[in-house]
Amino acid sequence: MSVQDLVDHGRIAPPLDPRKRFLRLTERNVVGYVRAWPILLTGVVEPFLYLLSIGIGVGALVGDVTYAGRQVPYETFVASGMLATAAMNGAVFDTTFNFFIRLRYAKLYDAILATPLEPRDVALGEVTWALMRGTFYSAAFLVTMALFGLTESWWAVAALPATVLIGAAFASIGLAGATYLRSFLDFDFVNLAITPMFLFSATFFPLSQYPDALATVIRFTPLYQGVALCRALTTGEVGVGLLVHVAYLLAMVAVGVAVASRRIDGLLRS
Amino acid sequence: MVDGPLHPDALVRARGLTKAFGDFVAVDGVDFEVRRGEVFGFLGPNGAGKTSTMRMISCVSPSTGGELSVLHLDPRTDGPAIRSRIGVVPQEDNLDTELSVWDNFIVYGRYFGLPRRVLRERAQELLEFARLTDRRDDRVDPLSGGMKRRLTIARALINDPDLVLLDEPTTGLDPQARHLLWDRLYGLKRRGVTLIITTHYMDEAEQLCDRLVVMDQGRIVDEGSPRELIHRHVTPEVIELRFAEPAEQEAALSSAGEAAERIEVLADRLLLYTRDAEATHRALAERSIEPLTELTRRASLEDVFLALTGRTLEE
Ligand SMILES: Nc1ncnc2c1ncn2[C@@H]1O[C@H](COP(=O)(O)OP(=O)(O)OP(=O)(O)O)[C@@H](O)[C@H]1O
Ligand SMILES: [Mg+2]
Repeated sequence: MSVQDLVDHGRIAPPLDPRKRFLRLTERNVVGYVRAWPILLTGVVEPFLYLLSIGIGVGALVGDVTYAGRQVPYETFVASGMLATAAMNGAVFDTTFNFFIRLRYAKLYDAILATPLEPRDVALGEVTWALMRGTFYSAAFLVTMALFGLTESWWAVAALPATVLIGAAFASIGLAGATYLRSFLDFDFVNLAITPMFLFSATFFPLSQYPDALATVIRFTPLYQGVALCRALTTGEVGVGLLVHVAYLLAMVAVGVAVASRRIDGLLRS
Repeated sequence: MVDGPLHPDALVRARGLTKAFGDFVAVDGVDFEVRRGEVFGFLGPNGAGKTSTMRMISCVSPSTGGELSVLHLDPRTDGPAIRSRIGVVPQEDNLDTELSVWDNFIVYGRYFGLPRRVLRERAQELLEFARLTDRRDDRVDPLSGGMKRRLTIARALINDPDLVLLDEPTTGLDPQARHLLWDRLYGLKRRGVTLIITTHYMDEAEQLCDRLVVMDQGRIVDEGSPRELIHRHVTPEVIELRFAEPAEQEAALSSAGEAAERIEVLADRLLLYTRDAEATHRALAERSIEPLTELTRRASLEDVFLALTGRTLEE
């Protein structure tokens, strides 16, 4: 007998829509965080610290930099890099750490896989939650940038969906990576992956300042896509070329979710 | 092992069901059927393959051989649909420690797609079922082990399942909570819910199970109602003899002879299986066997297990 036959005969309730099942896990995270809402506020304070310390302070010393063939104040230039970096950090650290604990210690997903949800729903549900939280942080960051006068175009509004995409991309890859972590010591590998990207993704200097060989490598790194996207949007230097970055980040989401789903399946459904 | 033809009302049906982890075969081609409305038990020592079997039935672990149908569906293709109709109490509690007791019910129920209105009603009932009404808003972590167990069991009922799988449900419960849970399980059975339980406790299996299978080293060694199994494998009465010295036990064994139908030798005692305890006592006295202690009791599933495998369950 098929499921449909049983539903038709009134023997069982119609199953949850498989395309929407993952939202149940996202909902669970919302319920959990409603109690811990002060944590969310830290996300609003952070951009002030980032922008004050690096942008404004260093900006006064450096002056202007050349970007897209024109002079741009350094603080405007670097703020967009910070925006992309914050989106990455938020996604990677919150997602991998929480996910790792829930996977290995709290047995949360063991419980969930005994319900109609599937491993893919776990991966998608967690990424969606990371994305929701990231949207909140990035919005706070963008508003702060605008208040400090660090945005130069209305295109900056489109930087919000861009940061959401960056968050989704790094959350997905982070999730996939976290399934390979065996203990808390392994989190050093996460730092090892993140720190060079933070330092070498045209975050602090224009790509033209790097040696040619290094610049070529940087063009292919994940965070560079995010930085380039955010910078173009907040300065209003928009072109069709940006779609390449979008495609790259979308591919990260697809690969990350696929790998994470398979790993969750393999680890928990032995 | 399953008697007769396929039962039309079999909610779970396994044929040659196998689970291998690499080279190691944890469940080795078992056949069984669980019928609608019954309490079905898996009895066996540590490592027998009970949990592995339960995990296959609950569609969280794929079988590596044989056939399995659950609620007339195929776990390989209809996992989500099957899981939506069953309740699972795993051997180890896996409550959501980031949430309160109340939210554990609501959030878990949402995984089944149930509306919040329905869930609030059920959660209230299940809080009472678990006797945790006064802990409603507490986090799960600080609950005692027994409270967590009761919460895990209650949570498994949130989707009003047709079939409930309980893997050692009463481990960690105090005797009072254990008996209360038995009552609750009877209640579920009366409402037509089918139950599958695993247990190490013989009294629990005898009390609760309509039918059970005895598992050992991945195989089913026999199947039937507790009464049938006892009748088939052992005599109604058992006399346990303990001696001061191993040598005395040795001597008693060699002279006991015809005093009992069958004698099992354990490290610390002899078990004499008999249909007539009085006669056996007289025979022992005639042979001047004088143990330190002498206990006459009714035969239990423990004895069945010993007869079937040559080992006690505690080993
Ligand atoms: N994921 C796994 N990988 C490898 N071996 C496993 C795995 N799970 C179980 N086993 C092995 O399968 C055998 C059966 O285990 P199972 O948990 O099914 O036994 P059980 O009857 O439930 O025992 P217990 O009474 O101790 O709970 C054991 O030898 C165990 O080590
Ligand atoms: Mg077990």
